[in-house]
Amino acid sequence: MNRPVVRLDNVTRSYGETTALAGVSLTFHRGELAAIVGPSGSGKSTMLNLIGTLDRPTSGTVEIDGHDIATLGDQELSALRAMTIGFVFQQFHLAAGLSALDNVAEGLLYTGTPLAERRRAARSALERVDLARRIYHRPNELSGGERQRVAIARALVGSPRLLLADEPTGALDSRSGDTVMALLRALHADGTTVVIITHDREVAASLPRQVQVRDGRIVHDSSRDRVPAC
Amino acid sequence: MLKTGRMSPRDVLRTGASGLRTRPLRVFLSALGIAIGIAAMIGVVGISTSSHAELQRTLDRLGTNLLTAAPGQTFTGAEAKLPKSTVDMVRRIGPVESAASTGDVDGYVYRNDRIPPAETGSINVKAADLGLLATTGTQLARGSWLNKATARYPAVVLGTGAADRLGIGSIESDTRVWLGGTWFTLVGILDKSALAPELDDSALVGWGAAERILGFDGHPTKIYTRTVESAVEEVRDVLAATANPQAPTEVKVSRPSDALAAKNATDKAFTGLMLGLGAVALLVGGVGVANTMVISVLERRAEIGLRRSLGARRNQIRTQFLVESQLLAGLGGIGGVLLGIAVTAAYALSQGWPVSVPVWAIAGGFGATLSIGALAGLYPAVRASQLPPTEALGAA
Ligand SMILES: Nc1ncnc2c1ncn2[C@@H]1O[C@H](COP(=O)(O)OP(=O)(O)OP(=O)(O)O)[C@@H](O)[C@H]1O
Ligand SMILES: [Mg+2]
Repeated sequence: MNRPVVRLDNVTRSYGETTALAGVSLTFHRGELAAIVGPSGSGKSTMLNLIGTLDRPTSGTVEIDGHDIATLGDQELSALRAMTIGFVFQQFHLAAGLSALDNVAEGLLYTGTPLAERRRAARSALERVDLARRIYHRPNELSGGERQRVAIARALVGSPRLLLADEPTGALDSRSGDTVMALLRALHADGTTVVIITHDREVAASLPRQVQVRDGRIVHDSSRDRVPAC
Repeated sequence: MLKTGRMSPRDVLRTGASGLRTRPLRVFLSALGIAIGIAAMIGVVGISTSSHAELQRTLDRLGTNLLTAAPGQTFTGAEAKLPKSTVDMVRRIGPVESAASTGDVDGYVYRNDRIPPAETGSINVKAADLGLLATTGTQLARGSWLNKATARYPAVVLGTGAADRLGIGSIESDTRVWLGGTWFTLVGILDKSALAPELDDSALVGWGAAERILGFDGHPTKIYTRTVESAVEEVRDVLAATANPQAPTEVKVSRPSDALAAKNATDKAFTGLMLGLGAVALLVGGVGVANTMVISVLERRAEIGLRRSLGARRNQIRTQFLVESQLLAGLGGIGGVLLGIAVTAAYALSQGWPVSVPVWAIAGGFGATLSIGALAGLYPAVRASQLPPTEALGAA
């Protein structure tokens, strides 16, 4: 339980004059479920992108699943994303021309898994998000909540150790949002480390750990209330 | 340890094709540009080869073993004369299979005796050997050819052009023409002669009739001879000396099939021009594909970001767009090849030619589209692969 899946050490990310993230240190252990909250422009997405290895820090160290990403090249970073990290985005990012099944199967495309096996895994992933009866629907034939569930299925189809969600309920009504949150909780219950950016205070409060960000700094981390930083 | 398996070629193709499926109209239009260029080039090459095949077929049918000899001019500039015995002499050359001659006769031909003499219609009157048709490979359109009997009487056979000019389309038992001041009965009309086109504008009468009625001197003015195919060059070398031993340098020897082939070769410049136009169309098509790809990459930044988040390496993104571009151009290539073959077939069939599209043109045309696709897709693909994932995802 105590092996860190994510470790940020004094991480800074600047865009020219703007500093999106200023010296952030943060650790997520295996099996954690955490919310990142904060006002717009505070650096939440920047942080999540760094954790997801989609971006590199200007300074500081990012360690994911034990790998210092500064030492990894494009090929290894890509492998890390393909096998260890799953992403869920606010805008779903589904391919319009593909069925739900094939959208989910794309989640395994870059792992080198053969198509038949990808589809088999996609089918069971869609069953997990309760969309077994929608597998041949295209995104435009699905509701917003269903689309996000397809996106979650795509993120979990490769059984990633770490799931990152950037405002997964931001584009959904509250009922669909609740379903999506329930799914993410279930994933966490199965052992996945889940980190969720959310604007919704209620949602954030319902999660075991909240990390509050403002102006590129962590202003509050609920885990420090109980466990002193080690 | 941090390594994923390779994508199978099938997955590479599927992924490359995925961008095409959702934009069929755009795919059609950009492929069309390539298709037009390829079709133009295949069409030009195809029509040219088909016409060449037709020529070959014609030459095979007509034979390339016909040689002609004409008296030419003496060195003083006067018309030379071939001896009366020329045909017999030529027949004695070993490889000669047959020989026949015509002799120019003074005299004009009219539809009837009421036409003013000035309206000659430029029809040449010639005395003809009976073997002329067989030797020159000329066919009869209607009626019959001269025979031993009609050759001595006022009977005439008209070349196709001569018949047209006289306004004669059919032969009745009493169809006559006014020839050299006498009525000649029309017995036959010839088809167009490919190897002896001079017969088309001629009125042919028997050797005996020409001498007896028209005052013909009996000297042949043109010798036609068929030789064994393999000995054409040898016969050509000795024909002048045989036809006129006294003045061989005056004799003009030629091979009519050469003229036929040469006429076909004059189309080369036109073919080159059309090929150039096809190449320009292809270039424009390539620019169209490049344009489509650049727009495609711009529009699909979010997709690129998503793929990176799913674990796509930079080179996999680059490959995806290169494959997409090549598929786009390749679709145009296939369409263009089919269109080019269709155009060739339609044109060749309308001309009654054999349809012939060389395999090298098809393979070359298709290969060219793949190169064009690679070239047109290179820059957009590299740009797509270098897009930072966060920026790409933020674009949505
Ligand atoms: N590519 C970029 N270039 C320049 N500045 C950027 C870039 N990306 C982010 N920023 C800046 O960094 C800061 C943090 O942005 P970030 O997207 O992390 O905020 P956020 O907390 O996710 O906000 P929101 O809740 O609105 O999504 C902002 O001031 C933003 O303008
Ligand atoms: Mg954000």
